[in-house]
Amino acid sequence: MKTGKYLVLRRISQLGILALFLAGPVAGLWIVKGNLNFSYTLDFLPLTDPYVLAQSLAAGHAPGKKALIGAAIALVFYLLVGGRAYCAWVCPMNLVTDAAAWLRAKLGIRAGAFLSRSTRYWILATTLVLALATGSIAWELVNPVSMLHRGIIYGLGAAWTIVLAVFLFDLFVAKRGWCGHLCPVGAFYSLLGRFAVLRVSAARRAQCNDCMDCYAVCPEPPVITPALKGALRGAAKGIGPVILDRNCTNCGRCIDVCSKDVFEFGTRFGNRASKVSFNLADAKEVS
Amino acid sequence: MIGRRQFLLDAAKMAGGVGMLGLGVGLYARQARALPPHAIRPPGALAEGDFPGACVRCGLCVRDCPPKILDLSRAGDGVATGTPYFVARTGPCEMCEDIPCVKACPTGALDSKLTDINKSKMGLAVLVDQETCLNFLGLRCDVCYRVCPLIDKAITLEPQHNERTQKHTRFIPVVHSDKCTGCGKCESACVLETAAIKVFPVALAKGRLGEHYRIGWQETPR
Repeated sequence: MKTGKYLVLRRISQLGILALFLAGPVAGLWIVKGNLNFSYTLDFLPLTDPYVLAQSLAAGHAPGKKALIGAAIALVFYLLVGGRAYCAWVCPMNLVTDAAAWLRAKLGIRAGAFLSRSTRYWILATTLVLALATGSIAWELVNPVSMLHRGIIYGLGAAWTIVLAVFLFDLFVAKRGWCGHLCPVGAFYSLLGRFAVLRVSAARRAQCNDCMDCYAVCPEPPVITPALKGALRGAAKGIGPVILDRNCTNCGRCIDVCSKDVFEFGTRFGNRASKVSFNLADAKEVS
Repeated sequence: MIGRRQFLLDAAKMAGGVGMLGLGVGLYARQARALPPHAIRPPGALAEGDFPGACVRCGLCVRDCPPKILDLSRAGDGVATGTPYFVARTGPCEMCEDIPCVKACPTGALDSKLTDINKSKMGLAVLVDQETCLNFLGLRCDVCYRVCPLIDKAITLEPQHNERTQKHTRFIPVVHSDKCTGCGKCESACVLETAAIKVFPVALAKGRLGEHYRIGWQETPR
């Protein structure tokens, strides 16, 4: 599978954000302080993880102003770019699980446990109930995502064992097991994806030759089907070409790998099936 | 379409699996509430019951601590993962007057109502070992008393007759809980191999009289 522009951009984004966080403690260049739970950029811009703040609220704490403003900024940003863009472009765990997925494909490991992709929402609900029941942000005691990021910046301790466990789970137990099925952080951010403005569109889906490359590379394959195949279910069904599923991470891998240039980044607006059925009619005329 | 039976079975399977996870994390969270006695929270920290629900584990207090004594707990440290603490013996609180750690906290886990560092209650110093304390042995060590930021208020030296020599005076260091901030300077400075005076969480160190007790010589006449 070819590398492609968006994969490179994503790695630059992920590593660049890590570098910004590390520049302070490593080189004394204090641009960003803190970690992904809360950060303070240039002593001016607060950014709070809304999921952690939601747990803190559930635990019965009224957070300070700075934390609330930071969460509001993050919420607006992810409502625009798609909640799960966090997973593909920011989260350091993505480097680990992408590596596991890559190795899994290389080794040709196919078998795996069946997990429902909705498990993550059950876990998300459980973490909020736990916060309520224990009066503490309980999930933060074991959350592999924040443990990895905080660990890289403040010292890993035994957290590497949890990161390794996620890697091995994704490699041997379930394909895309962590990010695609279990992680409550991603589940929370996916809820923000319902209204995401920035979306991938299968704009030229008439050109699709069913090679399945996009399905093979996509971390959330079920999100592709309605947009890519919607028009084929007849004009009455008429699903537009924009991928509206909240779990699309906007990673752009489908754009990278499609040999027929079907996908492109666009907005969620003007998503009509008619334009494409028109194209289909064109295609039939030609053939 | 899935039938009602299948739907209920799926839901039960999910609830069972996720419930196990929740139970594990929940029990761990209860354990993690118990702060080990050597770990002291930064100044202004909410009571230990409220702190783990308020702290988002961002580490800004750690970053803004000028003497760099604060640390975020790592997984396996025995302190709730990602929360800030310091160890008095190796690095006591330097009692910065502007309290930058409290100012840095975005959530109020370190309470911004604390504006006078001398009023902080990080812990309480206790002279736990009277058998090794040099002052108890009759020497004039006095180091804990000398280094105390609230000398003669939080720690005083109380003269006592030395029964062993029959002619000297012992100067017994006495901690006063209403003044002690728990900064840990005394524990850090104690000259023994293992400190005789230690800072503990207040709840661990302090006794409490029964409600019905009256201290006659302190009673105000009605």
